[in-house]
Amino acid sequence: MSVYWMILGMFIVTYGVRVGLWLGDGHAFPPAVRQALDYVPIAVLSAIVAPAVLLRHGELAATWNNPQLAGALVTGLIVWRWRRLLLGIGAGLAVFVAWRWLLGA
Amino acid sequence: MPPTHPPAGFWAGARDTVPMLVGAAPFGLIFGTLAGPAGLSPAATLAMSLFVYGGASQFIAITLLAAGSGAWVIVATTFIVNLRHALYSATLWRHVMHWPRAWRAGCAFFLTDETFAIVYHKLDEGTPVNLPRYYLGSALAMYGNWLAWTSAGVLLGRAVPGMSEWGLEFAMVATFVGIVVPLLKGRPQVAAALVAGTVAVAADALPYKLGLMLAALSGIAAGLVMERRR
Repeated sequence: MSVYWMILGMFIVTYGVRVGLWLGDGHAFPPAVRQALDYVPIAVLSAIVAPAVLLRHGELAATWNNPQLAGALVTGLIVWRWRRLLLGIGAGLAVFVAWRWLLGA
Repeated sequence: MPPTHPPAGFWAGARDTVPMLVGAAPFGLIFGTLAGPAGLSPAATLAMSLFVYGGASQFIAITLLAAGSGAWVIVATTFIVNLRHALYSATLWRHVMHWPRAWRAGCAFFLTDETFAIVYHKLDEGTPVNLPRYYLGSALAMYGNWLAWTSAGVLLGRAVPGMSEWGLEFAMVATFVGIVVPLLKGRPQVAAALVAGTVAVAADALPYKLGLMLAALSGIAAGLVMERRR
């Protein structure tokens, strides 16, 4: 039973975090806050991606034989050069899988 | 796109989320598989995906559960891990503030990393979009996907070993990379990305994913400092 109380607690804190600001009656954020918010997606997504790509078992693995790094670089290059999101993701995924297969990692 | 073209709606939102669905599938499957051995019944496992709906926090919850942590520790950790969603809701706030309250209250439940990234990318593109419908399309595709793969994990997990070695989880990382790159429009943006990434790598060992929040805040600060300098 206590596990369902735990899940209820997890629901309350998670939903609370997501909904809190949206229930406000709409007084705009000060300009400084808005300016800071512009950087949220870049900062958060980079913070998720960098460890996923560069770390392996907690150790820095910035080498050519790191499949995550190879795949991410290919995705990044294609999207940067041609602005084709799906093509970039597909090619990055293919390189990642090929790298792992070739290196037996 | 010609001006007569209808704005992107529900199905466009769902379609644009497809890479995220592929990326999230292995996580749902693995979560469903690991929850049982960690001590969650199938019903409790589904309840967690149904009501909490936050991949990272769910993984951490079952890890802590397996390690014998108390419920309060798990709830508090969930709060910290999901705090970043407040940043997302703040970012989208000015786009949703004119929606009816009940609609906002309902949609907020589905505000995950993935739906935020997709919706934000769409807004940044600047093409016509019916935002409430587009948002809901992305949200429900993601939610249905998460529930389906959690269930599949519960049902099939033990029968299919080595799920974590399929590599599909990389689709999520690739999608995030593909979303960040077009946002790097100038020096402040590049600085924000570099600082956030560096701090996240350096602070990865901090408990409860605190490194993620620290990295995000450092990246935002770096972007603001560079912007002031110009």
